[in-house]
Amino acid sequence: MSRVAKMSSCCYNETKRQQHHARRSKVKEASPLNWELGPDVYLQKCESDAENAFKVRLSIRTALGDKAYAWDTNEEYLFKAMMAFSMRKVPNRETTEISHVLLCNVTRRVSFWFVVTDPTKNYTLPADEIQSAIRMNRNRINNAFSLNDQTLEFLKIPSTFAPPTDPSVPIWIIVFGVVFCIVIVAITLLVLSGIRQRRRKNKGPSEVDDTEDKSENTITIENGIPCDPLDTKGWHINDTFMTEDERLTPL
Amino acid sequence: MEKARPLWANPLQFVFACISYAVGLGNVWRFPYLCQMYGGGVASVVVSFFLSMYYNVINAWAFWYLFHSFQDPLPWSVCPLNANRTGFDAECEQASSTKYFWYRKTLNISPSIQDSGSLQWEPALCLLLAWLVVYLCILRGTESTGKVVYFTALLPYCVLIIYLIRGLTLHGATNGLLYMFTPKLEQLANPKAWINAATQIFFSLGLGFGSLIAFASYNEPSNNCQKHAIIVSLINSSTSIFASVVTFSIYGFKATFNYESCLNKVILLLTNSFDLEDGFLTASNLEQVKGYLASTYPGQYSKVFPLIKNCSLEAELDTAVQGTGLAFIVYTEAIKNMEVSQLWSVLYFFMLLMLGIGSMLGNTAAILTPLTDSKAISRHLPKEAISGLVCLINCAVGLVFTLEAGNYWFDIFNDYAATLSLLLIVLVETVAVCYVYGLRRFESDLQAMTGRTLSWYWKIMWAGVSPLLIISLLLFYLSDYILTGTLQYQAWDASQGQLVTKDYPAYALAVIGLLVASSTMCIPLVALGTFVLRRLRRGDPAPVA
Repeated sequence: MSRVAKMSSCCYNETKRQQHHARRSKVKEASPLNWELGPDVYLQKCESDAENAFKVRLSIRTALGDKAYAWDTNEEYLFKAMMAFSMRKVPNRETTEISHVLLCNVTRRVSFWFVVTDPTKNYTLPADEIQSAIRMNRNRINNAFSLNDQTLEFLKIPSTFAPPTDPSVPIWIIVFGVVFCIVIVAITLLVLSGIRQRRRKNKGPSEVDDTEDKSENTITIENGIPCDPLDTKGWHINDTFMTEDERLTPL
Repeated sequence: MEKARPLWANPLQFVFACISYAVGLGNVWRFPYLCQMYGGGVASVVVSFFLSMYYNVINAWAFWYLFHSFQDPLPWSVCPLNANRTGFDAECEQASSTKYFWYRKTLNISPSIQDSGSLQWEPALCLLLAWLVVYLCILRGTESTGKVVYFTALLPYCVLIIYLIRGLTLHGATNGLLYMFTPKLEQLANPKAWINAATQIFFSLGLGFGSLIAFASYNEPSNNCQKHAIIVSLINSSTSIFASVVTFSIYGFKATFNYESCLNKVILLLTNSFDLEDGFLTASNLEQVKGYLASTYPGQYSKVFPLIKNCSLEAELDTAVQGTGLAFIVYTEAIKNMEVSQLWSVLYFFMLLMLGIGSMLGNTAAILTPLTDSKAISRHLPKEAISGLVCLINCAVGLVFTLEAGNYWFDIFNDYAATLSLLLIVLVETVAVCYVYGLRRFESDLQAMTGRTLSWYWKIMWAGVSPLLIISLLLFYLSDYILTGTLQYQAWDASQGQLVTKDYPAYALAVIGLLVASSTMCIPLVALGTFVLRRLRRGDPAPVA
């Protein structure tokens, strides 16, 4: 229990340290662009649940296991670059720079919030534009980090599912058709051969006593004369079983 | 007047026919012609008729799944997308993808038995194909059936062995096997467990269906039936155990897989809610961390707490499903998680088909043998036509089970068409052979036919133990029916994605009563009929040739 407590307090400290570091780096970034306004304005723009801010969550260890990379400032730079790249593909936003993308509240999870600011007008770009830009380039963004839609999550942006590829004829009907045809052919063959056998038997001399048994598949033919397949052991007790007179106890 | 009765080509064919029939359903050893004297035959035929009506629907479903196994990915492994493609289909989200495929895509089941719905053409086509295959196998009588049963008896064993090897090497299989072999002592003390076990053996060997009578009647009279009886029973029981080992290892795999994904979901939920480091929470420290989080962040934890599911391996293993659910839901769920799942799926459903067709051959033989033996019918129609007619009638009636409410009617037939009536039929048969015909005469017949004397074990069993057991089973069933009051069934609720219990409507209860009555009443009715006829004949002075 104590080990867990130590770890989480360490996380907490780490988070605090990262936030402080992030704040300070933002201050440095903000100054060349709009130094007369000061850093605080920019910090207000990037906050948890700020207007037009998106939360991003990465699960690097889940996705890559042993090959997981650590999330550091270089990875953050790449992320900002990918966001700027996505925005540059939107018409009227081709002048978006990496320094316009602000990250904050980076946690150990790894999760953070980001906004994209407009340098000239000093406000954050509307969420719809950012959302559509990201959706269009989602694949490129995922591939840059070797992640997928489930491990690199933009929390308010739903992922688009690939449309299902339906073949024109469902596969099961094809298999069904094949099996069906084989069975029908086999049945027809058997029935026809049975009819042919019966016709051949009817043409030959019919010395068979039992007229009701039409199944001739076990009648052996020797010298053109069909033989009764006697129950060959030659015992006679069988007859007593056939008689109907013998009943044991009258009811 | 000797009849040219077809014979099995060699004794092995007969044994395989029995095994093929018993592995699935079964029968008890009887001597041909005897029981038909007392109306037991008619009752058997009626029960076999009911059975063949609904049993082939299982084969139709097996065909359906088999044909769908040739796709990548397997259709029951992924949920289909909903209408505007933003997520998965709602019903599929609630239930699992395998249940959705079974209840929605295969059965297209309606919410209750009253809503009959329309005929589903896809299962209807598969049913037609199943009946055509059965017709193909019985077309020529024992000549063709004899060859087919080699296949239908041996192939399932091959597939079971392959599955045994695959199943034992799956992750989590040992959990299932441990579960199977650890006896739950409180369950063993429950008499219902023993009664269910007895019933299972009873129906597994297929008493009273008349099928083994039918098969055996094609034997030579000097056939060593004692040896075959022992062989078939032993093989049937050991197959059951063998199949259970396979089933439970697959079970263990599925339960372990579900347990681990449940755990992963909880871990993800906690990691996201508290922004913990990715990969920090594992299955081993989950409880510790949960306790810590509950104490450190009580407010946030109480918000998350209702969403946390309690994952338990025991609970997963306890979700026992039986019957069609086991075959089509549990196994497909396990198969979809294996590698090369298409291959395993094809193998499995092929085996299921072989088992089902083997049993169907037995059933139809039970119906056809009396029909072809009776002089009245076989005089007018050739054997192929009789078989074709029987298959056609059964297929037409079986279309009822392809309606949207068809599965509910299937369950009715499955639960009530066979159980009570079979017990009664077998009881009557045993009593008839031992007491009415006479055990001594039976013994001397056997000695004359096979040349072997009957050991005392058989005599005690047939005359004493078996009738007692069957009577006690009968009493138990009757008391169970009476005590439970109105009968209920499980209906699929699409909005919740699970089964709910509902009461049977009046007409369904009437059908159940009719099913049970029609097969059980045959025996006393035919007995009464023969008695009356003989009395009339004796009283009639005119000579009867």
